Amino acid sequence: MNRTIITTDTPVTTLELAIPEQPLHTLSVLVNNQPGVLARIAQVFARRGYNIESLVVSPAADGRFSRMTIGARGEESGLDQIKAQCNKLIDVIHCYDHTSDDIVSKELALVKISVGPDRRAEALQIGEHYGCKTLDLSQDSLILMVTGDSGKLDAMIDMMSDFGIIELVRTGKVVMTRGSGTT
Amino acid sequence: MIAEARDGAQTLLKCLEAGGIEYMFGYSGGAALPIFDALETAGTKIKFVLARHEQGAVHMADGYARATGRPAAVLVTSGPGAGNTITGIMTAHMDSIPMVVISGQQVTWMLGKDAFQEADIFGITMPIVKHSYLVKNTDDIPRITKEALHIATTGRPGPVLIDMPKNISQGVCNAPLEAEIDLPGYHPDVAYDVNEAEVIAIADAINRSKRPVILAGHGAMLAHAGPELKELAETCQIPVTSTLLGKGIFPESHELSLGMLGMHGTAYANKAICEADLIMSVGSRFDDRIIGQADKFGRNATIIHIDIDPAEIGKMIKPDLQAIGDAKVILTALNKHVTRLQTKDWLAHLDGYKKRFPLNYKKQGGLKMQHILDVMDQLTKSRAVVCTDVGQHQMWAAQFCKTEAPWDWISSGGAGTMGFGFPAAIGAQLGRPDDIVVAVVGDGGFQMTLFELSTAVLQKTPVKILILNNHFLGMVRQWQELFFDNRKSGVDLEGNPDFVKLAEAYGAKGFQIKRPADIEKVLTRALEYNDGPCVINCEVVQEDNVFPMIPAGAALEDMIIEKPKYRMEKPVGST
Repeated sequence: MNRTIITTDTPVTTLELAIPEQPLHTLSVLVNNQPGVLARIAQVFARRGYNIESLVVSPAADGRFSRMTIGARGEESGLDQIKAQCNKLIDVIHCYDHTSDDIVSKELALVKISVGPDRRAEALQIGEHYGCKTLDLSQDSLILMVTGDSGKLDAMIDMMSDFGIIELVRTGKVVMTRGSGTT
Repeated sequence: MIAEARDGAQTLLKCLEAGGIEYMFGYSGGAALPIFDALETAGTKIKFVLARHEQGAVHMADGYARATGRPAAVLVTSGPGAGNTITGIMTAHMDSIPMVVISGQQVTWMLGKDAFQEADIFGITMPIVKHSYLVKNTDDIPRITKEALHIATTGRPGPVLIDMPKNISQGVCNAPLEAEIDLPGYHPDVAYDVNEAEVIAIADAINRSKRPVILAGHGAMLAHAGPELKELAETCQIPVTSTLLGKGIFPESHELSLGMLGMHGTAYANKAICEADLIMSVGSRFDDRIIGQADKFGRNATIIHIDIDPAEIGKMIKPDLQAIGDAKVILTALNKHVTRLQTKDWLAHLDGYKKRFPLNYKKQGGLKMQHILDVMDQLTKSRAVVCTDVGQHQMWAAQFCKTEAPWDWISSGGAGTMGFGFPAAIGAQLGRPDDIVVAVVGDGGFQMTLFELSTAVLQKTPVKILILNNHFLGMVRQWQELFFDNRKSGVDLEGNPDFVKLAEAYGAKGFQIKRPADIEKVLTRALEYNDGPCVINCEVVQEDNVFPMIPAGAALEDMIIEKPKYRMEKPVGST
């Protein structure tokens, strides 16, 4: 995607040029399961000009709390501030940056590809390589489900783009620390 | 407890009262009707003050809290009533002022349907509150009220909003008044746990320093750390400078005091910071107004940051040493490990700066704001509660009104809210009825909230409203003169009313100062006038500039003491 930002005093630049240098961070935020909490978290990022790249929210083991797994790109110092500001919110139990921790990280994607009878077998074979499940099959399309770390999903999607991707839904990654670590 | 069934609104007032709320400032309206009715039926001791605008009400609660250290409540209706509180809540949030704001709201089944006077005030205020509630169940009121007061007043204080739909305040409350707090993510008590290793590391750094400076901020005030700060400064012989909001935490007449630092701070405070080998901030957040160019601030110094808010550590300045927690507790621990330092030469050096670059002004050449403030300070023996608005008069008041005790200086620092000073002074006077309260305002800011003259007259608050009237928005005009070739744009306040007649129209007393010779005589009379508020209109010289000055974004060493002969570059800093 090639989005263009134009400001009054800078020459035209593209986000594509600006973003790749910034590392992707994964934050895990345990919050009170209450209305408005997501908005409070989102504001902490938006106010400082940070884009949330992925976000997964679901009830935690203890039903009073929800778990948010947030992927965001940005400078270390800025994210430290975001983490501190998230921790400051009354509704936040804790906010951890797991970027450099020993974690398991998984994501799921549904990929609808444009493929007719002539190349179907080829597509399914590639899918099998990535451990995909076929969820839907029609005359000129099929839906594959792929799970794994985000890099694997990127690779699978790249391979499938050869057939033509009609729709793509990614959950965003969820993470959990290994062993005795707290997520 | 009242015999008959208690409704949500009555429950709310009982819980606020039990939580120590003495004053409630506000403005009525449809969605808040049940709560206003409860003021009559609940038998509450809370004193309600009807303001003339919701912004005024919030500033009054703010001024009350800044003068007493205790929170007040605000009660407004939904929609525009709640919307008018925004500037006030933001002002309180920026300066960490405790308060509880209660807004009426549409009935719950109409939420989100654009009902009459419905506004999503819960969403609108989210970035400017410490926390907020939208009450969905009448039985939650005791718990929410208790939590709101707890959150507002503990840790780093701040405003808390409770949005109260009308059917909730009107509904029957079956819950007992005493409720348990349920805040699993909020642990303000950790602020009182001292990390001994951090404290010893800081003490070692202090004991090794040759040219130390203490930078005292509002956090030290909020922690009531004045005595511990004084003990530290006197034991070690360390000079103390304060931020705008830290004024009073260390007596400014003290020989170790350097006064305020920063953009319009004293030359000697800024020079001390530039030359120090150790800067210890106690409860300041290294605001851009005091550090100037961040990467040049304290380049050659060991920087120590003591703050209750972990998010402030490293936000602006990366400290060499830090301690997170309550300033009073940390300083108490620190005082056990520090020794008397050999700072005689350093103090003598700074005294040299005090003599070379004193705060001064010329008494000739027209009526000067500085002259008026200087005389006012002398007449009140620096013991008045000074509430300022925002602009040139604010900076001169910070320079010339010496603040001797905590809670005697009230000013909108972080937000820089014009229209703050006068209503804040009303709140301060209600909280401190036996003290002299002076609202130092400009002609611009005063006109933003002057309608609260009605409130001040009705409450018989003897606030002295000192209007330093230069018929300009002086600070903006100063910047235009210095940085924009003196092109005056949007700063001429032609059409100002006759403030003396205006005061009289509201039933207040009016005084006039036109010449330097009038200052002492008129101020003496005004300070003695206690039958309600009085306005002292001072026709000061129109074009005067506040110095010293550090242009925004420039380093502290680039401070200018007087107007330069050359044309200055436009500042690159924040504003």
